Amino acid sequence: MSKGMVDVPPRGGFSFDLCRRNDMLTQKGAKAPSYRKTGTTIVGLIFQDGVILGADTRATEGPIVCDKNCEKIHYMAPNIYCCGAGTAADTEAVTDMVSSQLQLHRYHTGRESRVVTALTLLKRHLFNYQGYVQAALVLGGVDVTGPHLHTIYPHGSTDTLPFATMGSGSLAAMSVFESKYKEGLTKDEGIKLVTEAICAGIFNDLGSGSNVDVCLITKGHKEYLRNHMLPNPRTYVSEKSYAFPKKIEVLLTKITPLKEKVEIIESSDAMEE
Amino acid sequence: MDLNLNDEHSMGTTIIGVTYDGGVVLGADSRTSTGMYVANRASDKITQLTDNVYVCRSGSAADSQIVSDYVRYFLHQHTIQLGQPATVKVAANLVRLMAYNNKNMLQTGLIVGGWDKYEGGKIYGIPLGGTIVEQPFAIGGSGSSYLYGFFDQAWKEGMTKDEAEQLVVKAVSLAIARDGASGGVVRTVIVNADGVTRNFHPGDSLQLWHEELEPQNSLLDILNTASPEPMNF
Repeated sequence: MSKGMVDVPPRGGFSFDLCRRNDMLTQKGAKAPSYRKTGTTIVGLIFQDGVILGADTRATEGPIVCDKNCEKIHYMAPNIYCCGAGTAADTEAVTDMVSSQLQLHRYHTGRESRVVTALTLLKRHLFNYQGYVQAALVLGGVDVTGPHLHTIYPHGSTDTLPFATMGSGSLAAMSVFESKYKEGLTKDEGIKLVTEAICAGIFNDLGSGSNVDVCLITKGHKEYLRNHMLPNPRTYVSEKSYAFPKKIEVLLTKITPLKEKVEIIESSDAMEE
Repeated sequence: MDLNLNDEHSMGTTIIGVTYDGGVVLGADSRTSTGMYVANRASDKITQLTDNVYVCRSGSAADSQIVSDYVRYFLHQHTIQLGQPATVKVAANLVRLMAYNNKNMLQTGLIVGGWDKYEGGKIYGIPLGGTIVEQPFAIGGSGSSYLYGFFDQAWKEGMTKDEAEQLVVKAVSLAIARDGASGGVVRTVIVNADGVTRNFHPGDSLQLWHEELEPQNSLLDILNTASPEPMNF
């Protein structure tokens, strides 16, 4: 079996080959398809014992809500969590990837992961892709050096802040933080403020909605409060229940085993030892 | 309202570096904008490269952060190999090499300033394109347009440390008054033989310019009663 050319398998990563062609088409007047904005409200704040992260739970595909209760607070390390706004695939992929890298790093060093490590790994990756990986993240955690909160933008720039908001609902949430945030909040005050900020996003931004997720991280302890608040309960339930009738008789059972087909590939090269 | 929150982060900025008799004073505003939204109103644009060399960043936030990260790493290796603190000239040239060799991809203007025992206090301006210019004072960023005339008139040789810092604070404050892309607080870093001093000048401590009014019922009154300490991080 000899072929003239050997096909090189495609290597992973984004292929930028079509970008120049797309630019040329746009210049000629062709309209590019619009990006799907995955509206979101994500927030984080530092309180007296650590960090609290918050997020809404709506995932959108254009004008349609495709998931009414998705999880936007991603696990990075036992002491570090990351909220993601932007293209859902990008945020999931990049946080999963860095979470694995952090775990390998923990095995190598034998130490608890630090927030700045996660920060540097994320910002390097996003900068290398020059903003095409549309992930805007709020990264928070507590490590040996104390509590940390960072925002990471799709182009790879980062900010270190005591309180932060991102996503389409960030302006609504930031207005709540700017009026009510102060240093040294207690745990209950912090959770209440985060919930208020996310609710501001849920009710005033069309891209955010459904429920409030909260994640609290302190030294040696974390609480992931999934669906901490459900301010949008389902108000209409059909009188006829949605359950199927339980009496379904089994009339006939027939099992057909699939025969296994084993292919023997004749190859001209016998295995040599 | 054109509020595209997915725009690239840019630091509209006003950055300044000034030499005085015995060291340098670096100054910057604190506004980072994404289109028309202020993404961070208290950012720190004066970044440390080594114990004795600092850089003021302007332009694209991502590009300038990455350049400073790489240069800090190279300088660290250089310091180990050399066996003594790096000179400001070496630091500035490393920044210049990064900026020039990647000029097609980067959009960032930098001012490198510091003190070393051979040359004393030195300021190097590295604008877009990657030129390096050693100057007694340098200004950069969008707000610097409003300061060329001011410095022509107010700059003089052989100032003291306090005169130099006052000049920098006054200049950044004038630029903030006129440039929409600059704002927030004024941060200064003084580097000399004795070490490094970081200072913070909140908005209400700056003098009022033409047609600026005294704050009345401002958020600052509420914040000042609740927690008098400035945000430090």
